[in-house]
Amino acid sequence: MEGFPILSLMLAVPAIAAVACLFLPAQTARTVALIATLIDFALGIVLWTSFDIGGAQWQFVEQGPRLGFFAWDLGIDGFALLLIMLSVFLMPICIGASWRSVTNRVPEYMAAFLLTEVLMIGTFAAQDLFLFYLFFEAGLIPMYLIIGIWGGANRIYASYKFFLYTLLGSLLMLIAMLYMVQTAGTSSIPRLQAFDFPAHVQTWLWLAFFASFAVKMPMWPVHTWLPDAHVQAPTAGSVILAGVLLKLGGYGFLRFSLPMFPEASGQLTWLIFALSSIAVIYTSLVALVQADMKKLIAYSSVAHMAIVTIGLFAFNRQGIEGAMIMMLSHGLVSGALFLCVGVIYDRLHTREISRYGGLSINMPRYAILFLFFTMASIGLPGTSGFVAEFLSLMGTYQVSTWTALLCTTGIILGAAYMLYLYRRVAYGEIPSEEVRAMPDLSSRELWLLAPIAAVVLWMGVYPESFMAPMRTDVATLLARIDRAAPPSDSKPTAGNPAAAAKAAAEHGGEHGAAAAGHETTPGEAH
Amino acid sequence: MSYAANLAMTLPELVLGVGAIVLMLVSAWGGPGSTRLVSWASVAILAGAGIALTGPAGNGGPAFDGLYRADAFAAFSKVLIYIATAIAILMAPGFFQRTSGDDLRPEYPVLMLLSAAGMGMMVSATDMLTLYVGLELQSLAAYVLASFMRRDARSAEAGLKYFVLGALASGILLYGISLVYGFSGTTLFDGIAAAYAGQRSMGLLFGLVFVFAGIAFKISAVPFHMWTPDVYEGAPTPVTAFFASAPKVAAMGLAVRVAIEAMGPATDQWRQIVIFAALASIVLGAVAAIGQTNIKRLLAYSSINNVGFALIGLAAGTPAGVAGVMTYMTIYIAMTLGSFLVVLQMRDEDGQPVETIASLSGMSRTRPALAAAMAMFMFSLAGIPPLFGFYAKFAVFDAAVAAGLFPLAAVGIAASTIGAYYYLRVVKTMYFDEPVTAFPRFEGEVLQGGLIAVAAVFISPLGYFAIPLLGGWAMAAAQALF
Repeated sequence: MEGFPILSLMLAVPAIAAVACLFLPAQTARTVALIATLIDFALGIVLWTSFDIGGAQWQFVEQGPRLGFFAWDLGIDGFALLLIMLSVFLMPICIGASWRSVTNRVPEYMAAFLLTEVLMIGTFAAQDLFLFYLFFEAGLIPMYLIIGIWGGANRIYASYKFFLYTLLGSLLMLIAMLYMVQTAGTSSIPRLQAFDFPAHVQTWLWLAFFASFAVKMPMWPVHTWLPDAHVQAPTAGSVILAGVLLKLGGYGFLRFSLPMFPEASGQLTWLIFALSSIAVIYTSLVALVQADMKKLIAYSSVAHMAIVTIGLFAFNRQGIEGAMIMMLSHGLVSGALFLCVGVIYDRLHTREISRYGGLSINMPRYAILFLFFTMASIGLPGTSGFVAEFLSLMGTYQVSTWTALLCTTGIILGAAYMLYLYRRVAYGEIPSEEVRAMPDLSSRELWLLAPIAAVVLWMGVYPESFMAPMRTDVATLLARIDRAAPPSDSKPTAGNPAAAAKAAAEHGGEHGAAAAGHETTPGEAH
Repeated sequence: MSYAANLAMTLPELVLGVGAIVLMLVSAWGGPGSTRLVSWASVAILAGAGIALTGPAGNGGPAFDGLYRADAFAAFSKVLIYIATAIAILMAPGFFQRTSGDDLRPEYPVLMLLSAAGMGMMVSATDMLTLYVGLELQSLAAYVLASFMRRDARSAEAGLKYFVLGALASGILLYGISLVYGFSGTTLFDGIAAAYAGQRSMGLLFGLVFVFAGIAFKISAVPFHMWTPDVYEGAPTPVTAFFASAPKVAAMGLAVRVAIEAMGPATDQWRQIVIFAALASIVLGAVAAIGQTNIKRLLAYSSINNVGFALIGLAAGTPAGVAGVMTYMTIYIAMTLGSFLVVLQMRDEDGQPVETIASLSGMSRTRPALAAAMAMFMFSLAGIPPLFGFYAKFAVFDAAVAAGLFPLAAVGIAASTIGAYYYLRVVKTMYFDEPVTAFPRFEGEVLQGGLIAVAAVFISPLGYFAIPLLGGWAMAAAQALF
């Protein structure tokens, strides 16, 4: 496949289809959108099968013309490959989910989704800093329109909030990028990843990038746009928002913050850990009291994303791999959960949990799939969620016992709010005749959910398929950032209990702080 | 240098001046019936002036003993000015035809030509008095244009307001010029620069402050912006489009030339003024626009906001910064003229102009192509990639970061989020709200539609293909000043 511009082709197919959709009648636009996304999925499979695992770090590299300030340079590593796969896999499902529920201005709707797909793939494939920024930021426009035109009752507020929040974060990142390119003299991402900025500059740059990615992620306390955007967006919009757009934040940390600013990342790990720990507990508790299904899942997304961030900043293999699997798993599971909500929303036109009940009686197929995705969200062994949480928390435990402890409570709380949701929706008595009249999944809906369920199971039972492509990339990343790894707060010192006791007394409840200056030589916690 | 060589370097202004006088005679004898002829002839004269730039007028160096300079910077600005003026002439007939009251008269294009000649002088001036004469020629024509709808009270008010405040600003500027002259002993830019490079007296500093205050009025930078919304709202829409484009470029060109050529050695002094004006314009232009209900007022505040961004490039005070300013102005006039061309399409059944933002409601259903173009202009003005307006912001902020002005860059770009809010509001009105009565289409507006399409294509991602060319020219223009 070398030499064939497959990434450009993957961008071109939905881009052309998006333009075509605008000039087509509704039904044809749906078909064109579905075909274009399926072609992209097929290209994605080609991409994955021809990806040389363990080969060169950057594959399918395309060096395009330079247009003023950016170059059309594309190329992917294992991380990007997996996230592109996630995007192209979810996209046909999104089109399918909107097949009947969207009847208003269908051509524009399909065009907006296809454009989103172009921008997502472009973001993951860009090898030029400013090309990345173009794709990253341009994604705001179609999403703004999707939420604002096809969203729920309070869509306008949500669309503004989504747009302005994320815009503000990204703009500071742009200033940092300008500085980096001027200092390093290149806008190529692989070369910037090898460039060492002075440590004090790194801190500022890291913070500027953090402003963008923390909002995108979203991390507590800048997560508040997410519940609004999710609740108001149409079902497919929520799927793509939770499934892929939230991953841009994690991808950003992985691609930029860690390899480009390792020292700053190491110094500011405490910030990530603190915010993430708060996020896990706080948003889980908030999710527990939600009366709106989409809002509940949105808050659970924030909690899951916090597991991603702690994993990334654990500076070890388990943490980073766990974070990556968490991104994929959450993309699938929360996407599927939003689809599940969409299924019953299409029937009853409310997301109010209390209006539902006893769905396992009249919608058994739906209840089974919903249960499966609930379990995957909780992290039941055998599903993708377990692999992700286990690895991520294990990685974190090696660095910060306290963070790992606090974040693990999120699993218990996660089980609480998800099971509570499931009990209220699926069990008990059927509350009304309307609910009793709801038909079970149609074959279209089944075809949307079944593939996701299969992949979730696959990732839970045999995660190696998903970990293999990124293994060498994790190693490369670790080799780059290892010098700045934050010290572990657990210091098992074999044969020197006195020193261990002294260390414990000094540290107290503080995780990781000030341990750098410690004179004792602790054994490796790995 | 022979007199003929001097004249050759001012050929564009000569073409415009002589052309304007001839057309004035044509219109005096031809009466209102000659409007169409005079309009097209004016466009041809502007094109001729543009062609004249390819000769010594484009790159000839100093003329008239240093009073005037024909360099790449002036040529770049003049091309923008002529294009914007031509478009402002071309968009007028459709507006005046259907508006009750005054018809379009042949004086309109003639005044535009005179104004263009004045603007050419502004960007070419290397002497304080040449500068002032050019500025006044431009302004006097503009005062008349603002009140061109004689029987319309708002238009008359706009003209009067513009005149009174413009005269005040000219006074401030002249006062500054007199101080500079008094303490440096010359009105030539290079002499002034030499004075600033030496021992700087208090008088020179005061002169600098007053000169910049006068210029800030002309580019409508905060805190000298207060005339802008009223004049923009009251003036006939094609005239507003003109004010928002060509004179902005000219005034910005003038500001850059004065700042770099005359006061370059005092960069540290004027930089504070420019930074303040930039940030204040960005913030006030954005905040004050939020509450507007009239689209022309909104665009007036948008122009204040945009001037703030362009000033960020000037604050850098480097060739890259100047190139950024020129790039910014190029893209800005495309966006702004495009927006005003869309505003011209906002009319009720009788052809009367409608100016409320609310009347745009649901335009995406009734006039989808027009709404899409307007949405592109708005997103572009907000600087959202992949639209070309992003590159304009990129260019100026890149220069500011390169000059080490990190706090300015960070605050300025963060404040652009506020601006994004009201641009989004226009998009929201067009796309999210339910349709109200549609704007009717009128016959014979192929030209306006075509101009909108051209502007939209230019600011679309296709515009990126113009970057190598545009960037090269802007850099060549900037280098001419250093």
